[in-house]
Amino acid sequence: MLEAQGKTRGVVKLTAIVVGMFAFGFMLVPLYDIVCEVTGFNGKTAGAYELSGKETVDESRLVTVQFLTNRNANMPWSFRPAIRSVKVIPGELNEANFFVRNETESTMVGKAIPSVTPFKAADFLHKTECFCFESQKLEKGEELNMPLRFIVDREIPKDVDRLTLSYTLYDITSSTQLAVR
Amino acid sequence: MRYWLIDCYTPHLKIVKLGLKTKASMLFNNVIVLSLNGVSQMNNLKQLRHYLLLPMLLFCQTASADFSFWNLRKGVTEISREVYDLHMLIFYICCVIGVIVFGAMIVSMILHRKSLGVKPATFHESTKLEVAWTIIPIVILIGMAVPATSTLRDMYEPGEPDLDVEVRGYQWKWQYTYLNDDPAKEIQFISALRTPQDEIQNRAGKGEHYLLDVDNPLVVPINKRIRFLITSNDVIHSFWVPDFAVKKDAIPGFVHESWAIVEEPGVYRGQCAELCGKDHGFMPIVVHAMEQEDYDNWVLEKQEEAAKVFEIVGKSWSTDELIEKGEEVYARNCVACHQTNGQGIPPAFPSLVGQGIPVGPIAEHIDILLYGRAGTAMQAFGQQLNAAEIAAVVTYTRNAWGNNMQDSVQPKEINVMMASQ
Amino acid sequence: MNAVVEEHHDDHHDHGPAKGITRWLYTTNHKDIGTLYLWFSFAMFFVGGICALGIRAELFQPGLQIVQPELFNQLTTMHGLIMVFGAVMPAFVGLANWLVPMMIGAPDMALPRMNNYSFWILPFAFGMLISTFFMEGGAPNYGWTFYAPLSTEYAPPSVTFFIFAVHLMGISSIMGSINVIVTILNMRAPGMTLMQMPLFVWTWLITAYLLIAVMPVLAGVVTMMLMDIHFGTAFFSAAGGGDPVLFQHVFWFFGHPEVYIMILPAFGVVSAIIPTFARKKLFGYDSMVYATASIAFLSFIVWAHHMFTVGIPLAGELYFMYATMVIAVPTGVKVFNWVATMWQGSMTFETPMLFAIAFVILFTIGGFSGLMLSIVPADFQYHDTYFVVAHFHYVLVPGSIFSIMAAVYYWLPKWTGNMYDETLGKTHFWLSFIGVNVTFFPQHFIGLAGMPRRIPDYALQFADWNMISSCGAFLFGFSQLLFLFIILKCIRGGQKATERVWDGAKGLEWTIPSPAPYHTFSTPPKDMAEAHG
Repeated sequence: MLEAQGKTRGVVKLTAIVVGMFAFGFMLVPLYDIVCEVTGFNGKTAGAYELSGKETVDESRLVTVQFLTNRNANMPWSFRPAIRSVKVIPGELNEANFFVRNETESTMVGKAIPSVTPFKAADFLHKTECFCFESQKLEKGEELNMPLRFIVDREIPKDVDRLTLSYTLYDITSSTQLAVR
Repeated sequence: MRYWLIDCYTPHLKIVKLGLKTKASMLFNNVIVLSLNGVSQMNNLKQLRHYLLLPMLLFCQTASADFSFWNLRKGVTEISREVYDLHMLIFYICCVIGVIVFGAMIVSMILHRKSLGVKPATFHESTKLEVAWTIIPIVILIGMAVPATSTLRDMYEPGEPDLDVEVRGYQWKWQYTYLNDDPAKEIQFISALRTPQDEIQNRAGKGEHYLLDVDNPLVVPINKRIRFLITSNDVIHSFWVPDFAVKKDAIPGFVHESWAIVEEPGVYRGQCAELCGKDHGFMPIVVHAMEQEDYDNWVLEKQEEAAKVFEIVGKSWSTDELIEKGEEVYARNCVACHQTNGQGIPPAFPSLVGQGIPVGPIAEHIDILLYGRAGTAMQAFGQQLNAAEIAAVVTYTRNAWGNNMQDSVQPKEINVMMASQ
Repeated sequence: MNAVVEEHHDDHHDHGPAKGITRWLYTTNHKDIGTLYLWFSFAMFFVGGICALGIRAELFQPGLQIVQPELFNQLTTMHGLIMVFGAVMPAFVGLANWLVPMMIGAPDMALPRMNNYSFWILPFAFGMLISTFFMEGGAPNYGWTFYAPLSTEYAPPSVTFFIFAVHLMGISSIMGSINVIVTILNMRAPGMTLMQMPLFVWTWLITAYLLIAVMPVLAGVVTMMLMDIHFGTAFFSAAGGGDPVLFQHVFWFFGHPEVYIMILPAFGVVSAIIPTFARKKLFGYDSMVYATASIAFLSFIVWAHHMFTVGIPLAGELYFMYATMVIAVPTGVKVFNWVATMWQGSMTFETPMLFAIAFVILFTIGGFSGLMLSIVPADFQYHDTYFVVAHFHYVLVPGSIFSIMAAVYYWLPKWTGNMYDETLGKTHFWLSFIGVNVTFFPQHFIGLAGMPRRIPDYALQFADWNMISSCGAFLFGFSQLLFLFIILKCIRGGQKATERVWDGAKGLEWTIPSPAPYHTFSTPPKDMAEAHG
């Protein structure tokens, strides 16, 4: 009897571990996002930045911000930055424009995903306004100038003189239709 | 089958020539050059001789460090040499530990056998010993960690780049973009495998740089800090140039960077290092490093070329010209999936013969080439080919393999469609 | 009470094994199930081996001769999956089934019915996995590590079957592990403390905990894939806010403990065999246990060393490098302990001992290349080349698989009651030993010289070593037919084995007759001195 009880208790405990670890597998997803956001790991940038009004500028240096655009897989839109790079004063609000056009004969939804390198700079690039916060729905042949407003934090490490902000444009038409249904 | 065996001596001979630089092995090498010449007119029996020679070849080529059959390359950057030294250091440490451990085992196996009438000892623990062989490895590991950390720090050392190149992986080729603040001066091209299918399928002898040759190599100046901004268009690839000790994964949606300062002019070859689908083994990387002056000339040339393309696109092409050009474009960009005979490998790569797109409306045909098809392996070639090439390949596939659609499209028309991009 | 037990015991004796196929379908006997697992894994070893020989045949010469790239990728993927999940893991579970109850003096596994289920899931899982070869688009072709998005957006349709098969394997492993843990913790003979258990039992206890901890994570990651493919989520696609690198983190959080799951029981086997043939007690039993436990612990905190090239910040790279290097310490302790066990022993070199010694030497070589791979700057050059292939084959083939072969030779007389043919056994050993080294040692060279892994065709400077490696692979592969023959011959007859079988053997399993009766230890053994060896 005692042995049987011990077995049952063992099985219950071990099953609990199994269920817990399965859940843990899924918990790794938000955990990873948090780690990425805190450390800038994999070049992910945070969401919209609220201006606190207390930002100060550091006029003693200039940081080059470079823009890259990339269309994933078969995304048939035009997508390019208005300028390739800009030198900015840390702490100052800047604006850059990106041009996009739906080259197809049908309405499509696209979404741009940002990525920053070097990673350690990712945390110091604050976007107050970005087209990447939402998706873009364009009719056939429709074009759009999309603004990006950003501040490079004056706390950005001294050895980072240049950071690259890359946007990859994805076709998310099918998933948005799913959402509507 | 026999062709490659003859051809594959080329790299060997080259190595031997490199080996000649070292006097010590000169005599030795001459002998081998002679024997190899003999072998190259071989019959099958003589192949054997080659494999007997192999150990000797390996032996003498270790004397020349330029290139190796069995070890890392020293490479041509400060970082790659540091990595090589680190690799050799760790290797030697492992050898020493190996000699001690395996030595003890071998001594024990020789001396402590029952057949010699040895009575087993009874000891089965010794705290002193056990502590010793915990502490000593820790000390050795610290000894390894110190140089490893310093090399890694050097790799992560930030610096102002002289040249920014965006490296973008595609299934299964690379695209290089030389970033420039003036969009008109940006150079962008696709770099794909040049080795013909005939060599791969053993219908022709294999060339010297079999599978390591591309149509458009990445060209860089020496002694300049080059920053690679690495990303991917589809799946994960990995950009690897062994001579620079640069290997970085190209991940869709993300951009990663790496850098190199190449110290010697030369042609450096690498390969994609992350499984990326069917032709993962067929997307080499070739970097041509040259003096600044030569590099500047190359840039000018490239820019002129771009202007010339403009001209080519502008002129009127005959159908024959388009088909001829189209066959060439097809061989370079399409055969991997749709095959030389157009039959494809259904269902992933559909046949183009007498069915589907090439015998449908031409507008759809152009459309799929320019923009690809979502959810399939068909890429948007509008990003990779110029208008003349698109027009040519459309015309070719509509009229090859008995498709016989009798229609064609002019580069100019394609250009109008592309200009809106 | 005592009388009741006796009566019960006698009652049991009348139930011999059932006759015919139903014996195997419905059996709950740990020995039967152990046998089923071992034969299943042997069959999978041959299937995975055929895939491997297909790969090596293609790589015999440059150029595409035998298989085209699409099939080549399927072969590499299936070779990896079948060998890891179909050959090595079930073989160890089979050994655990046979040996754990006999070693701890228990009548059977704790949960016999579940034991039956956990085995019979496997043929379905692998039947389904192998059937993908005949599906439209072919078998999985994205490598056994199935990195997204190659395994999601770009995968052949058979990926869904692959996911289901992985789920089934996971369930089987988890049930098997629960069984092992409950058996070890609840059914030890009275008086046997944990620190008196044979090392094989210890290593399996720790392995089972690892399995329970990480197989659910594998199940989680394939479930996320399934949702990405069919239900529109975006765990691994940047488009929906996911990240393909996340896949690698979750996968290797499972994957690194997984590689220790495949080696820890091997440590246990070798720790049983070396003392027997050295006729000397295992050196440093306690430190062996602690070393195993610390290796298991470390396996959870080093996963990103498989991903040094994906782009990790400097601090991350340094942490994972140091943590990985630390693993060398407990592993070194184990190797030194084995050498110290041999030292001043009175050794004989029967087949199990030969395999065990080869294990120590070749596994250590695999350990050296592992140490080299842990050095981040050097790893940038080694990563995803044949150097890595050489490394993990050195720890898996002459590591795990040699230990399984050693175990089979060592316990075969106990299982069948007959001695195997020693001459043939030694022949099999030497053929395998030569075959393994000729196959995998040159792969270090081609890797360092720059050949990436998972490519169906290669540049000419890699031709010579590849040809040698392919020759070795065929030698090793075909030698295993001899192994099959030796086992069959031994089952059919041969010199009768004694109870003790080997004159230096210690442990409870050697106190029962050979062949081991269908039911053993219905009354618990009393002499615990014997158990500890």
